[in-house]
Amino acid sequence: MTTLAPLPADPSVDGPGWTAVCPLDALAPERGAAALVTASDGEELQVAIFRLVDGTVHAVQQLDPYSGANVMSRGIVGTRRGTPTVAAPVYKQVFELATGRCLDAAGKEPRDGLAADLAAFPVVVTGGVVHVGLG
Amino acid sequence: MTTTQGSEQPPGPRPDDRRHVVVVGGGMVAQRFVEALRSRDDAGAWRVSVFAEEPRTPYDRVGLTRYFEVRDAEELTLGDPALWDDPLVELHRDCAITAIDRGARTVTDRLGRVHPYDELVLATGSSAAVPPIPGHDLPGVFVYRTIDDVAALRGWVEAKRETGRVTTRGGVVERPVRGAVVGGGLLGLEAAGALKALGAQATVIEFGSHLMGVQIDLGGGHALKRLINDKGIAVRAETATKELRPHRRTGHVGRMDFADGGRLDVDVVVLATGVRPRDELARAAGLEVGERGGTVVDLTCRTADPHVWAIGEVACIEGRCLGLVAPGNTMAEVVVDRLLGGGATFPGADTATRLKLSGVDVASFGDAHGRTSGAVEIVWADPVAGVYKKLVMADDARTLLGGVFVGDAAPYASLRPMLGAELPGDPSAFLLPEGGGAPALELPDDATVCSCNNVSAGTIRGAVDEHGCTDVAGVKACTRAGTTCGACLPLVTKLTRTELTKAGVEVSNALCEHFSLSRAQLFDAVRVADLHTFSEIIERFGTGRGCDVCKPVVASILASLGNGHILAGEQAALQDTNDHMLANMQKDGTYSVVPRMPGGEVTPEGLIVVGQVAKDFGLYTKITGGQRIDMFGARVEQLPQIWERLVAAGFESGHAYGKSLRTVKSCVGSTWCRFGVQDSVGMAVRLELRYRGLRSPHKLKLGVSGCARECAEARGKDVGVIATDKGWNVYVGGNGGQTPRHARLLAEDLDDATLLRTIDRFLMYYVRTADRLQRTAPWLDDVSGGLEGVRAVVMDDSLGIGADLDAAMAAHVDGYEDEWKAVLSDPDKLARFGSFVNAPTTPDPALAYVPERGQKRPATPDEVAGGLADPVLVSGPILEVRA
Repeated sequence: MTTLAPLPADPSVDGPGWTAVCPLDALAPERGAAALVTASDGEELQVAIFRLVDGTVHAVQQLDPYSGANVMSRGIVGTRRGTPTVAAPVYKQVFELATGRCLDAAGKEPRDGLAADLAAFPVVVTGGVVHVGLG
Repeated sequence: MTTTQGSEQPPGPRPDDRRHVVVVGGGMVAQRFVEALRSRDDAGAWRVSVFAEEPRTPYDRVGLTRYFEVRDAEELTLGDPALWDDPLVELHRDCAITAIDRGARTVTDRLGRVHPYDELVLATGSSAAVPPIPGHDLPGVFVYRTIDDVAALRGWVEAKRETGRVTTRGGVVERPVRGAVVGGGLLGLEAAGALKALGAQATVIEFGSHLMGVQIDLGGGHALKRLINDKGIAVRAETATKELRPHRRTGHVGRMDFADGGRLDVDVVVLATGVRPRDELARAAGLEVGERGGTVVDLTCRTADPHVWAIGEVACIEGRCLGLVAPGNTMAEVVVDRLLGGGATFPGADTATRLKLSGVDVASFGDAHGRTSGAVEIVWADPVAGVYKKLVMADDARTLLGGVFVGDAAPYASLRPMLGAELPGDPSAFLLPEGGGAPALELPDDATVCSCNNVSAGTIRGAVDEHGCTDVAGVKACTRAGTTCGACLPLVTKLTRTELTKAGVEVSNALCEHFSLSRAQLFDAVRVADLHTFSEIIERFGTGRGCDVCKPVVASILASLGNGHILAGEQAALQDTNDHMLANMQKDGTYSVVPRMPGGEVTPEGLIVVGQVAKDFGLYTKITGGQRIDMFGARVEQLPQIWERLVAAGFESGHAYGKSLRTVKSCVGSTWCRFGVQDSVGMAVRLELRYRGLRSPHKLKLGVSGCARECAEARGKDVGVIATDKGWNVYVGGNGGQTPRHARLLAEDLDDATLLRTIDRFLMYYVRTADRLQRTAPWLDDVSGGLEGVRAVVMDDSLGIGADLDAAMAAHVDGYEDEWKAVLSDPDKLARFGSFVNAPTTPDPALAYVPERGQKRPATPDEVAGGLADPVLVSGPILEVRA
């Protein structure tokens, strides 16, 4: 989820669970990018990062629960009734970017063992650098 | 032959308890009978056996002339073919019934087999009535009734054309095949149209005072004659044919002699002087026949024998036989109702008629001749435009009794259902061009809208109000309205929309929540407003920030209008992942790469490079349906490296994705093939290089065949080009896939330049006017004027946009660049092809493969989770697979 403005009083983005991913400029507006980030327990995870036209940045899991492929960053960004969304590129499910909630399952069920919604992660942009926190 | 025996036990009574109805005849009315019985007999109380004389399932005899255009008997098939797989339906094709034993309640087929029945339905139809003209049995004299008749006629004309070709020192001279049709009625005109379609000359010989004398009056007949003459068909009215004389040498029909002393040299004659009911079975069984033939039935369609019924053209009802399909269908419904215990009776014949001859619009209904006592006629005639319109009103000048429309049958669809009702306002307003401000007609619920399927306005309204249909397709499926001849579709559409609007349902062709315009409207808006970015477009014509529906549409529109590379600027964010990555995403998130091989032509050196690339990058390879080689399993970060190798070898990657030109398939053609008459590969290469990269509402596939054997299957393509000995025939609107359609003939014998211009205009017109994800086949059904309309725009420039379309295509051709190569030379674009923004060369660690038949394939979730497959290979930068 987005916590760009206002920022937390003193964002502790250096601690474990936070990864400095890339400069904000490396992200094209409304086009996702994949990143490898490390959780505090050392597990490496793929996330999809999206920069919107207003400069907001969102991060959700890269794993598409409906296809089982790591492709969410390659979906089309848009809005549904004003809410920023991403559409899965494989079977076109629509997810709310801020929460990861699935808004339209496109008549499909998620793969066995996967949740219908995406996990959403906190993002902090500081000093022109995008940080993702997995906790 | 039997088309039956489902393995599953159908619902309802045990087989022994079911009653058995035998239908004699396998035409349109028999089809309707079976369809109605099976849709209404929920309890499965009846099983039905149909005995058809022809070796086919029932087909659309009304559309017979279309057989010349489609040349495919399958396309004339009526209704859902699954009907004949129903376990309670048995269809015996090529199996005429030869006798009825009413006492024993059995019929005997031509093989001598005896079949018992509980109820017998005679639907034997008519045969062409051959007039007793001397010479009617000469070779080259045909009737026009069945697919076989039509096929025989075609074969004859084509053979005559061959023998009429003479090689002289000046070149090849072709003498046209001279055809004549005896009979100027509905069938005769269709036959004349068919002769013209075959490239023959046609003269219609009519005994009476004017054409279509049964349906239209003398004034209409004069207008019709002009229209028919404009089609290149000659007409001789008030002419009796005295004799058909053989050619001295060949013995084939060669000359017609008329009673007035006139003569006509001919190569082929079609007799279309009428039909005769096939009532011989009924006669032999001792059933009463009418004065002019036909099995006499009462208003329930039952003969004097309570277990024998007759429907369709063979039935003599109210003292006459009816040679139209609509009343036949009504009779079929009546008998079904009776068999199921209902009390339906024949409501009287709807003899409304519409001529389906391309470019000639003729319709009549009701009392077209004004024979009702006191009838008043209102006539609009414009001899210059070839238009004649007449309304017959009752003596109150308000009640509509009938009408005749020649040259402009536009009012027919809305007026015909008003038969017997009072017209609002001045009736003459309905005859003025463009409706002339006539009041909008509110059809009464009992007005028939679709006479083929006897669907009333009330039924259509009910489909929306009570059955929840929300579009025309739904209403068609629910009511069957418009599913036979389609003439009523505009009215069905109008009624459906009106009803939806009344119900508060917004009738919308909006793209999505962000754009209230349709794709075609948006295309025009963007073009006229001269906008070049998504932000400008959505600010001006939409709301929000778009979605996965509208963004690719805008991307496609921008690309069609020439806005540079598809990843340039804001456009990159609009593209589907395939267009964004310039490759085809597969189920595991990797991509496939398909090097372009124009026309399916590839050198041995090229093949070796493709093989080496696949080997080096560990790609699974397969030959595609479009004559190319597909390489699967390429990761995002590998794509530019793969393109680099292809570019170096002179390839470009190709569109096996995107709403764009895919391939131009070809056969080997005249350069190698013994039968080829043109260089189909050369033309296919030319077309593929011309249209590659063209963005369109949906994917586009083309095909080129080097002769009529059609080995490239070009008629399954959006544009199919088939060589002739004079040039190229071009077919449009073909489709494979889920809804197969054969392409239809757009133009014949074009030279290379004209062929290119024709396809340029066709494609550009489609790109500009089709709906989102609408292939060319459904577009041709929807676009104004259908195929004829498109032909007028493309061949005759009827909208005056030809030059504009040509210029648009020229801009595309001139502006084409290798999209893949352009990425390689642009660091910004290249930067998009990293696997991770913080680790651009690290492969997706989740990818896993197992070997199969010597190559790799993605591991299944079980194989990954349990390590069940051995070995599970995690792909590295270059993956070697050992089988």
